[in-house]
Amino acid sequence: MKHLLILALCLSAAPAMANRVFVTNEKGNDITVLDSATLDVIGTYPAGNRPRGITISPDGSELYVCASDDDLVRVFDPETMEETHTLPSGPDPELFVLHPSGNPLYIANEDDNLVTVVDVKTHQVLAEIPVGVEPEGMGVSPDGKVVINTSETTNMAHFIDSDSFEIFANVLVDSRPRFAEYNHDGSKLYVSSEIGGTVSVIDPATQQITHKIGFDIPGVLPEAIQPVGVRVTSDGKKVFVALGPANRVAVIDGETDEVRDYLLVGQRVWQMAFTPDEKFLFTTNGNSNDVSAIDVDAERVVKSIPVGQQPWGVVVAPN
Amino acid sequence: MRKGIIGLLAGVCLLSAPVAAQEAEQPTVIRAAVLRVDDPGLPPISRLELPTDDLGFAGARLAIEDNDTTGRFMGQDFEAKEITATPQSFSDEIGRLLSDGIEFIVLLADDPVTLKAADQVGDRAVILNARARGDNLRGADCRFNTIHVAPSHAMMADALAQFLMWKNWTRWFLIEGSHPADGDLAAAFRRSASKFGAKLVEERVYEDTGGARRTDSGHVQVQKQMPVFTQRAPEHDVVLAADEADVFAAYLPYQTWDPRPVAGSAGLVPRSWHPAMEAWGATQFQNRFERLAGRQMREVDYQAWLALRMIGEAATRTQSGDADTLREFMLSDRFEVAGFKGQKLTLRDWDHQLRQPILLTTGLLMASVSPQEQYLHQTSQLDTLGIDRPETECTFQEAT
Repeated sequence: MKHLLILALCLSAAPAMANRVFVTNEKGNDITVLDSATLDVIGTYPAGNRPRGITISPDGSELYVCASDDDLVRVFDPETMEETHTLPSGPDPELFVLHPSGNPLYIANEDDNLVTVVDVKTHQVLAEIPVGVEPEGMGVSPDGKVVINTSETTNMAHFIDSDSFEIFANVLVDSRPRFAEYNHDGSKLYVSSEIGGTVSVIDPATQQITHKIGFDIPGVLPEAIQPVGVRVTSDGKKVFVALGPANRVAVIDGETDEVRDYLLVGQRVWQMAFTPDEKFLFTTNGNSNDVSAIDVDAERVVKSIPVGQQPWGVVVAPN
Repeated sequence: MRKGIIGLLAGVCLLSAPVAAQEAEQPTVIRAAVLRVDDPGLPPISRLELPTDDLGFAGARLAIEDNDTTGRFMGQDFEAKEITATPQSFSDEIGRLLSDGIEFIVLLADDPVTLKAADQVGDRAVILNARARGDNLRGADCRFNTIHVAPSHAMMADALAQFLMWKNWTRWFLIEGSHPADGDLAAAFRRSASKFGAKLVEERVYEDTGGARRTDSGHVQVQKQMPVFTQRAPEHDVVLAADEADVFAAYLPYQTWDPRPVAGSAGLVPRSWHPAMEAWGATQFQNRFERLAGRQMREVDYQAWLALRMIGEAATRTQSGDADTLREFMLSDRFEVAGFKGQKLTLRDWDHQLRQPILLTTGLLMASVSPQEQYLHQTSQLDTLGIDRPETECTFQEAT
């Protein structure tokens, strides 16, 4: 702990923080680790079968990976990349979200129409919540009171009470909702629809869709515009949406919900993660087997970094 | 136009309303039937394609499971009766369904039976055609009460043609069987050739004279017959087989006189579905089906699944169980359904054909998907496949 503090102090004096960036390679069955300051590859480590969703504990001590074909969550030491233990996940875990306090973990079981809630300390399954067909996207409100699951074939965002594990509202969105993300003050919930080609902006208080963001890119077929990952800067002003086979990330004004720009990245861009200082946003490009680093202030792609086979998920270690 | 705008507004309102859990109330029941009319004919050439008892029904069961899972949140409950019939008995079965008040019939039948069924049903039910590929059913013989979930011969042929043109294999040697359905598919290939600029350098008919079929698994007689049948053809890039009756096409690959690839009814085969397809989230869909049925998904299963999912999707979006409401919504420009094909699937208003990408498959894999990206279209790229609006021969009798 003392070491960490000293390390943090030293780092904060430096112009750019170096954080580890972890990328799951779905077909490569491994994790590529990058350095967020140099944008170089640090190493590649085995991750089990079909690693997809990835997240890290708020204190940076545990790295969680959905090993979809192993039907469990693998937990790694983020420094050594040694597997420390596994967590039960239910079948075919795809994406998950960690409660802001660091516990529990809410896991979407794509094959089984369930959300499984797992205590990361006791390793016990706390609940299994029946949801719609093909659950995928998982979001959590900043206060931790509401967990969102999106079901791809039912086309709903399910609002789940994080205490009672009961669904209290369902919002119908466009086809194949893939991802749910709150802004930092909890006033807006963004849900992307891959086949519908839109992002629904939902008022979490009333569970009403207040706006639907559409996309139009000159020279790109409308069918290729398939929104998946969504990330919002902590001031709520910039929303980034990964557009899949359109090979672009949309930049949206978080206040007006208007699309401002499209940034060309690698092929079939799905998931994204900020560095803690929000200087960089990393995107996983599944068909070109690379990660694009976006300069968030300049809204420019600054580097493509080759990783493993079919990169799927990405998370950056906290400071 | 005005009606359209009102419709659109209603749609927006529906979409933005939160869906309250209605589990306490009595659910609305939405009833359908899956009617499979089995051909009497011979078994297929390959025993890998022997029909199963649950063919088509297994896909329907998965759709009902999917619809019911969503229905739990909507206060809707879905049912699909499963009925098998023969070309002699199907009419009585339809009569029973109609008197039972069933208003959606997913039909798994050949072209002539599909047309007869549509005429028998009239305006009392909607037929969702999940098997018949005849272009006449979408053209001169189109019926307002029929929605074609299965792709047409023209779509299949165009899907293949686009790929062959991309390969620059423009000289085609067409071999068609002697059954009527073979001729329909061959006609679709001829149309595709002129549409995309390929040249039919030779056409031959393979007469079905009966015979031993499967007894020698192809290696005794076939090895001698097929080279002889295909010799002395003009210079060609590819052999196209039109063999709906499954008499000869499977014997062609590796047995042609000239070393050329085979496509169409064998070799590179256009299909609506393939059990090895893993793109666009299909892996979990294949898993769910295999867990339910204990076998791999075939085209008819996929098409039956999709037909019932269309009903489910319409019921979710309209929050209604009323058959007229559902049919009107499905035929409107607001309707779209996801079918694990990487884009939304919609209905053509000129012939009620579902737009869909077509998979080009080899034995073990999907080799490509059409439309090929180079073929552009002013409204939907999917309309580069099949009969487009300006060329349709369909004129619907005004629905009453």
